[in-house]
Amino acid sequence: MWAVDPRRSASARFADAWLGLNVGTDIALANGVAREIIAADMVNREFVDRATIGYEEFAAFVDEWTLERTEEVTGVPARGIREMAHAYATAPTAQILWTLGITEHHTGVDNVLSLCNLSLLTGHIGRWGSGLCPLRGQNNVQGGGDMGALPNKLPGFQDIGDGEARARFEATYGTAIPAENGWNLTEMFEAMGRDELKALWVIGENPADSEADVNHARRLLGRLDVMVVQDVFMTRTAEMADVVLPAALGWVESDGTVTSSERRVQRTRAAIPPPGLARQEIDIVAEMAERMGATGWGRPTAGELWEELRTLSPMHAGMSWERIEVEGGIQWPCPDDDHPGSPFLHGRLWENPVGGRPAPFSCVQWRPPIDELTEEFPLRLTTGRALDSYNTGVQSGRYNSPIRSGEALELSTADAIALGVQAGELVSVSSRRGSIEMTVAIDATLQAGLAFTTFHFPDLADVNQLTSDAYDPKSGTAEFKAAAIRVDKLEARADA
Amino acid sequence: MNDIPVSTPRRLVELTIDGGTVRVPEGSTILDACRQEGIDTPTLCWAENLTPVNVCRVCVVEVENSRVLVPSCSRAAEDGMVVATDSEKVRTSRKMVYELLASSVDLDRADAEVHAWMDHYGADPSRMGDRGDIATVAQRPKVQDDLYVRDYERCILCYKCVEACGEDAQHTFAIAAAGRGFDAHISTEFDVTLPDSACVYCGNCIGVCPTGALVFKTEHDMREEGSWDEEAQSVTTTVCTFCGVGCNLELHVQEEQIVKVTSPTDHSVTNGHLCIKGRFGWQHAQS
Repeated sequence: MWAVDPRRSASARFADAWLGLNVGTDIALANGVAREIIAADMVNREFVDRATIGYEEFAAFVDEWTLERTEEVTGVPARGIREMAHAYATAPTAQILWTLGITEHHTGVDNVLSLCNLSLLTGHIGRWGSGLCPLRGQNNVQGGGDMGALPNKLPGFQDIGDGEARARFEATYGTAIPAENGWNLTEMFEAMGRDELKALWVIGENPADSEADVNHARRLLGRLDVMVVQDVFMTRTAEMADVVLPAALGWVESDGTVTSSERRVQRTRAAIPPPGLARQEIDIVAEMAERMGATGWGRPTAGELWEELRTLSPMHAGMSWERIEVEGGIQWPCPDDDHPGSPFLHGRLWENPVGGRPAPFSCVQWRPPIDELTEEFPLRLTTGRALDSYNTGVQSGRYNSPIRSGEALELSTADAIALGVQAGELVSVSSRRGSIEMTVAIDATLQAGLAFTTFHFPDLADVNQLTSDAYDPKSGTAEFKAAAIRVDKLEARADA
Repeated sequence: MNDIPVSTPRRLVELTIDGGTVRVPEGSTILDACRQEGIDTPTLCWAENLTPVNVCRVCVVEVENSRVLVPSCSRAAEDGMVVATDSEKVRTSRKMVYELLASSVDLDRADAEVHAWMDHYGADPSRMGDRGDIATVAQRPKVQDDLYVRDYERCILCYKCVEACGEDAQHTFAIAAAGRGFDAHISTEFDVTLPDSACVYCGNCIGVCPTGALVFKTEHDMREEGSWDEEAQSVTTTVCTFCGVGCNLELHVQEEQIVKVTSPTDHSVTNGHLCIKGRFGWQHAQS
């Protein structure tokens, strides 16, 4: 196990080796690893020739990423890059797993493509034990996408522009479905800024705390004509709302399904009734539809809705409600009743001849984070989670964890000395977007120039006032992982 | 290439258990063979999601031509082996083990099957003297945070918690056996408090403890005040809310309040193991 992370995380300590790269140099490292695999003649030529296109162009493209140049950009010693490249290329099976450290960059999609290149070079894809795996940060991020909670997809990842797919949904739902893509989250906020988006119905999300450059996000939410928030708690977003719809807590108070990182659809079940006026989310949505003039919705159960879904989404077609119950979860695609579910994807690349179109290499260029380090903002701030907490703390903030240290700005020993600050000291932390006060903690394993904090306690430290407003135009995901900050002693600021 | 590769087919070995012929795949234990045949066998330190450490000795069986009784949980089944699970020697030995354990620690809150087996073998711990004299029993529960209680007067030193904390699940290695003889006990490094130790509060040690020595604070407090009522509890299996792994949670609910969270050991996602959020992060469901 190799860990690649700017910080020496718990996983990095557990791993056989750790490569502590500079924040935002993922593509440089991947291109360097690819170049080394090619230069050391470790490419799986049989796989590349049969199942991929664009290899020659890709090989020429990454040729400039010698070990020396990769070391210079990423900060990772050439020997470490070389050893990881060789270990990955020669392993019988190998997986690349990643989380938001890859996707929360302005080059998030390109970061992923650069990792795909490595799996194509080595044939570590489409086989048992090999592959690419984004580890989802929430119990149903995957399921939300599966169910069409994306601006360009229908349930089952069917393109909204696909007339045939749309026609099937239109026949079942008895209504026309617009053929144009909607807005992603970032585009929705931009539309609020242009006053094109005037009404918002927020379900189970707390953007007034969780958005990058949150001061900007709060101003935009404040411009709306009407905001409805459907949630289990009075979050900061709910406090800003015109109407709050109290909802049942999905994993404890509702019957339904969630889909895990490995595409496994599993049942959630109600263990206790929702408190007070809180209602099941299916009922809330159905009643809203009726108030808007729709008829015939009734009050379907989760099982009835699932059975409807499976007539519309081919990859779920074989997963009956009963099978999910009996088999304890099934991994999609599961196209028919006899299909066992799919532990891995892309097996078609190993069929002879290759099933479908070959997989393309992508020539992706490394570009540093948007929020530049300068003399005024010399430290790189990256954010992440702590083991015992979860996002903005709406759920995890309510149990008494003995290992919770609260929110602190973690600094390297070298930077703490240079700034003249000590652990426990309150300091001013500023970025180009905002300024807050935080308590200093010292992490001796941090590289000089790198600072870290979690974002679980917005009431203690409103960290997203600092985070970067840059985002990946391909995904709409904000560059949470790379802000430029400065740290000032409080008395120094008072003197100024 | 698309199919799941199956490991090399394993040879079957043939042995005799209690007079009947049994065939099991090579590498199976005698306990596996007994379970396959529906022969009930007591265990304490064994669990299906842990590596056998064979310290408790309640699963012993008699193997022909073996000088001593062997632990069935870890001894591999061999061709031609002749095993007796209910001989006089086995019954006496199992009875004695239960008597010795129950005379040195408090087994009142042990799993129900422990008491059923003690009744089955007619175990009488009082034969071994008055338990009140034993140092192990004279300890107060260690309550050092709001999640765990370590009640060492109930600890039989089965090592399950050590295994779950170490290589069998969590790889944290916060606890190990310390001391010798009557002083032997499960301890953090230098006996520091749990919050000061390497503990990450996954609760997997509590999940595997067979005697109630490690217990959730909710359960401990309710037992102390006399409100713990397992018969009035329902258990509902759902999926944890806190990340994308998909750990299954069994919510134990009493009077519409969650009182304990466990995870099914036979579920493929994590085989019964959880992290601090899944095990303890449910307070928001009843605030």
